[in-house]
Amino acid sequence: MKVTTKDVEYIAQLSRLTIPESEMEKFTEQFNQILNYADILNELDTKGIEPTAHVLPLSNVLREDVAVEGVSQEVALMNAPAVHDGGFKVPRVIE
Amino acid sequence: MKYATVIGLEVHSELKTKSKAFCSCSTEFGGEPNTHVCPVCLGMPGALPVLNKQVVEFAIRAGLALDCEIKKFNKFDRKNYFYPDLSKNYQISQFDKPICEHGHIDIEVDGQTKRVGITRIHMEEDAGKLVHSGATIKTSESSAVDYNRAGVPLIEIVSEPDMRSAAEARAYMEKLKAILEYTDVSDCKMQEGSLRCDANISVMPEGATEFGTRAEIKNLNSFRALERAIEYEIQRQIQLVEDGGTVVQETRTWDDGKGMTLSMRSKEEAHDYRYFPEPDLVPVVIDDAWIARVKSELPELPAARKARLMQEKGLVDYDAENIVSTKAMAEYFDEAAKHTEDSKGIANWLLGDVSAYLNSENITIEKFPITPANLGEMVNLINKGVLSSKLAKKVFAEMLKTGKTPQALVKELGLEQISDEGAIVKIVEETLAENPQSIADYKAGKDRALGFLVGQIMKKSRGKANPEMVNNLLKERMQ
Repeated sequence: MKVTTKDVEYIAQLSRLTIPESEMEKFTEQFNQILNYADILNELDTKGIEPTAHVLPLSNVLREDVAVEGVSQEVALMNAPAVHDGGFKVPRVIE
Repeated sequence: MKYATVIGLEVHSELKTKSKAFCSCSTEFGGEPNTHVCPVCLGMPGALPVLNKQVVEFAIRAGLALDCEIKKFNKFDRKNYFYPDLSKNYQISQFDKPICEHGHIDIEVDGQTKRVGITRIHMEEDAGKLVHSGATIKTSESSAVDYNRAGVPLIEIVSEPDMRSAAEARAYMEKLKAILEYTDVSDCKMQEGSLRCDANISVMPEGATEFGTRAEIKNLNSFRALERAIEYEIQRQIQLVEDGGTVVQETRTWDDGKGMTLSMRSKEEAHDYRYFPEPDLVPVVIDDAWIARVKSELPELPAARKARLMQEKGLVDYDAENIVSTKAMAEYFDEAAKHTEDSKGIANWLLGDVSAYLNSENITIEKFPITPANLGEMVNLINKGVLSSKLAKKVFAEMLKTGKTPQALVKELGLEQISDEGAIVKIVEETLAENPQSIADYKAGKDRALGFLVGQIMKKSRGKANPEMVNNLLKERMQ
């Protein structure tokens, strides 16, 4: 077992997810299955091969530096759960 | 025990592009909250970023100006963390393949030149701005997020831990700012946050080779804050160690009002950014031709400009160094020097009365009310003997208030030259009668005697006699 329940707890915390105690075992097992599957790749000899940063055979997709009007404040805030002074209102950020 | 300090700086500089790094929203500062936004910088699902070419261009330019090696293969990565100023919950940055590496800046402190290494420069996007409801972040019940700044392009310039004092850190920061201004890649307005600095500071017993545990200080938005915060933090850490404590690796914020650094404990746990390649952006490959072109377009940098002022304009090291320290000052100097032969005179005024005025008004040279042409003309009037140094100060003060030309003020204040031949002849004759020894000296070939006589005449006329006429008349009479 590479992944322990501790790792799952940590990843859940980083992802802002709550995993019920009852499902801990299941997730731990599934994480390991995924990693074991990915391990098959390690059987290939990749010595001397540059790591792949992107799968498409493309580079230098660039735009010119021209400013264009975006969306209005009203539209921007449409999905905001709470609004204050034209901003997205969020709860306190520091303990 | 004696301690040594180790300082490294991380400087974020907003690039002077018109549009954001990955979308076409305006980068203009200010504006109503959330009015320079679009689905890309608001992090809407499905919105795709496209890189602004000018960002790469500026990063190459800054890298070349800082003597970096420009990396040909570039990719972007996602830096993942949860904080409300990030709309996507990740920041697009460069992790293991920064665009520039291995640069340096030469600084001068106490007459010593020191080289500070630049580890790397990478491209990334800025985050949004939080406006806190309370007086400080700690006392606020809520915050309002403005994403106008989210996605504005930045370069982060990371130094080697090569600095050993607050003065060195300040010198590095000043030099870096000057270079970024000269290359025109950033506004460098520390007050508006377009140039920001974090300092990593640690102390160790003098002679030790292993660095102590460092603290990172944020919120340093002026040179003075940088210097004060570092000095405070050094003392804090030394005191802590002396008292048997240990320095904790943490982020601290500088409170300018209290004059101290304070621990910042955010709700976020240990930093684990889980960087991975940004799948929405393809790599950027920079070829030699691109680098060569940017190099050929590099403007004159502070070091070259300083050398030019010393060689061509005859300025001394100290004056040249101070004049080139900001691009605007150097430009003012060049412009004023077009109007007079006396470059040294311009330098003296700029570093003397002009700088004193700028400091007292707390403004920069861009807002200085006297035009370079008028300052140049004033120096000419002094050299011609029209204005004594005392009268020059009077004219200078009037120019500050009215913006009028020095010539106009000379007239207005009744300081105009006497060019009436009869009047000058009278003073010349009077002076000659009083100084027979000088006439003899002059006839014996001592040119200095002529200068003395001119001086006497100028004194008598209270600096108003036309010096050219005085010269000619004197020579005529003494033949």
